[in-house]
Amino acid sequence: MPTMPETTMAGALNAALRSSLEADGRVLIFGEDIGKLGGVFRVTDGLQDRFGEGRVFDSPLAESGIVGTAIGLAMYGYRPVPEMQFDAFTFPAFEQIVSHLAKFHNRSRGTIKLPITIRIPYGGGIGAVEHHSESPEAYWAHTAGLLIASPGSPADAYSLLRQCIALDDPVIFMEPKRRYWMKGAFENDEALPVGRAAVRVEGSDVTVIGYGPQVETALEAARAGADEGWSIEVIDLRWLNPLDEETILTSVKKTGRCIVVHEAPMTLGMGAEIAARVQELAFYHLEAPVLRATGFDTPYPPAKLEEFWLPDADRILDLVARSLAY
Amino acid sequence: MTQDVGTAAAVPAELPSVEPLQLLDPNGKLSPLEELPVDLGEKDLLDLYRLMVITRRVDRESINLQRQGQLGVYASCFGQEAAQVGSAYALGDDDWVFPSYREHGVATVRGVDPTQLLHVWRGTWLGMHDVYETHFALQAIPIATQALHAVGYAMGVKLDKKAIVTIAYFGDGATSEGDLHEAMNFATVYDAPIVFFCQNNGYAISLPFDRQSRGSTLAHRAIGYGMPGIRVDGNDVLASYAATKKAVDRARSGQGPMFIEAMTYRLEGHSTSDDPTRYRTKGDLEQWAERDPLTRLELYLKETGTWDDGFAEQIEEEARERTTRLRDSIYDADHPDPLELFDHVYINEPPQFERQRAQMRAELEARDADDA
Repeated sequence: MPTMPETTMAGALNAALRSSLEADGRVLIFGEDIGKLGGVFRVTDGLQDRFGEGRVFDSPLAESGIVGTAIGLAMYGYRPVPEMQFDAFTFPAFEQIVSHLAKFHNRSRGTIKLPITIRIPYGGGIGAVEHHSESPEAYWAHTAGLLIASPGSPADAYSLLRQCIALDDPVIFMEPKRRYWMKGAFENDEALPVGRAAVRVEGSDVTVIGYGPQVETALEAARAGADEGWSIEVIDLRWLNPLDEETILTSVKKTGRCIVVHEAPMTLGMGAEIAARVQELAFYHLEAPVLRATGFDTPYPPAKLEEFWLPDADRILDLVARSLAY
Repeated sequence: MTQDVGTAAAVPAELPSVEPLQLLDPNGKLSPLEELPVDLGEKDLLDLYRLMVITRRVDRESINLQRQGQLGVYASCFGQEAAQVGSAYALGDDDWVFPSYREHGVATVRGVDPTQLLHVWRGTWLGMHDVYETHFALQAIPIATQALHAVGYAMGVKLDKKAIVTIAYFGDGATSEGDLHEAMNFATVYDAPIVFFCQNNGYAISLPFDRQSRGSTLAHRAIGYGMPGIRVDGNDVLASYAATKKAVDRARSGQGPMFIEAMTYRLEGHSTSDDPTRYRTKGDLEQWAERDPLTRLELYLKETGTWDDGFAEQIEEEARERTTRLRDSIYDADHPDPLELFDHVYINEPPQFERQRAQMRAELEARDADDA
């Protein structure tokens, strides 16, 4: 297939939704302000015009209602792709996600499948008011039964979202909202297997693992690190569940050093789990402890302070230096 | 442009009656009501009675099994048979039930195997029956959450232009939960073919209804969502049937959702772990026992000459057969292979499952070795 022209990540997501709606008549898209307005980030722009109000529709302002009705629609036979308008507004739907969406397949002994992909714009860096910049992925990762994907580039935004919508597992699809305007090309090619990470830059000194909004930050750190003479390998996880242990371990066994990057607070974040698995599965290959460049264990800060809170290339490079000093 | 302030047509001319609508009084006297027509023949009346008796006998056997240590816990539907059997009797085969955890009478009408429901209370698995075969969703334990699934299913029906109706069952306590509010609101916004069936059984565990809500009735609340509400005597199987039939017909013909508040009483505790003597009096129980849903239909059947002793014997035999089968299936039943715990969590499994399966397998082998 020919490479498509460059587009923003929001545009790539829009193209993925369009393509999924075209490919499968059971795909439905709904949420707050996603119809006529096209979503507050315009990710669903033009879809209602193209596919009609039967397949792309606005919901009342009620997140539990959105997820709860998505479950009923999936039981009927549809493939709902509901949108949560912002990360922290997923919390009213917490019970439906954790107690039902994640558990119906297991509760029914495999009889009920809920092919639902919940899209959630997440993370900070856009100068928003409170409740609009959070990274709640650890809640979903701690809940058995949910797959979690998060793209770090427009190309992945397109292929991952299309792939997730076609899966029979429920998926939490975490969209890095500060990268919605990031540009890149994407192709209509075959998706990688579920749970497959990607090595974005090869390196031999240190492995830096990021996902979603922090993939770009990690790549920036790798470029800056090269000036210091450090060879940094950058892994884009793409999936938080399943975790691609193979790609992580292959890299860490090569470099002997590992740093995990995420915006979510440090304690019990994805970094904690990855550090635990790396030390359990590659203990004798490690030259230094696994380190974490993350948000702090405080509530998300007000907009004027977020640059001091969010991990950036400098925070990552400080840890690279620490790791290399062991 | 000014905002549309709504039209008078959206406000119903008549408010629901605060006095629950009743067709069959506790003495078995039938008083027809124009707004609640009953389209049932003699055979149906006998069937309703049979289903209520079976429900009660299976329920009693379940309580006994819990008392004998065979079930972890059990939530009885004793006293609520008319509300459950009557309403479920109004459903078509393709219609879908979204129950809470107390709808054993509904399950009986829908032909759900009670042994499968009881294995859930025993702790054999979390859900055992096939929902697609029975159109009876898995028992929902978190309060009011199933109402949203029922609305979602009904939205799907409407999008697909099918003639299916869904019914959500819940209690008075559920009406305080946000999910019920969201469900009723979504239902009217999308004009979904759904019936909300509330069994107001007086208590949410220990909290009496007057501490749950200060609204005059729950049925009145429906009007605020833009759907009709009706309050019926939930111990009257005919009123429960007729109100549900009306709501189901209405939904099926595209007129949207309706809310039914069935006034009934839970004669047992909230569950077998409950001690209802702490929050209600013997007098309350005696008063409600006089309004027993089975007695009044029995009196009516006898009064009208529909009853005969052969019929009673037949039911007795069926009840005995069912409770025996239930007991045989449950008593000292084996648990499933513990490794099954990993089998239905994901379709696309994470890599740690292989290690965790191996860990459990090793632990099981160690146990077997210890036992040997």
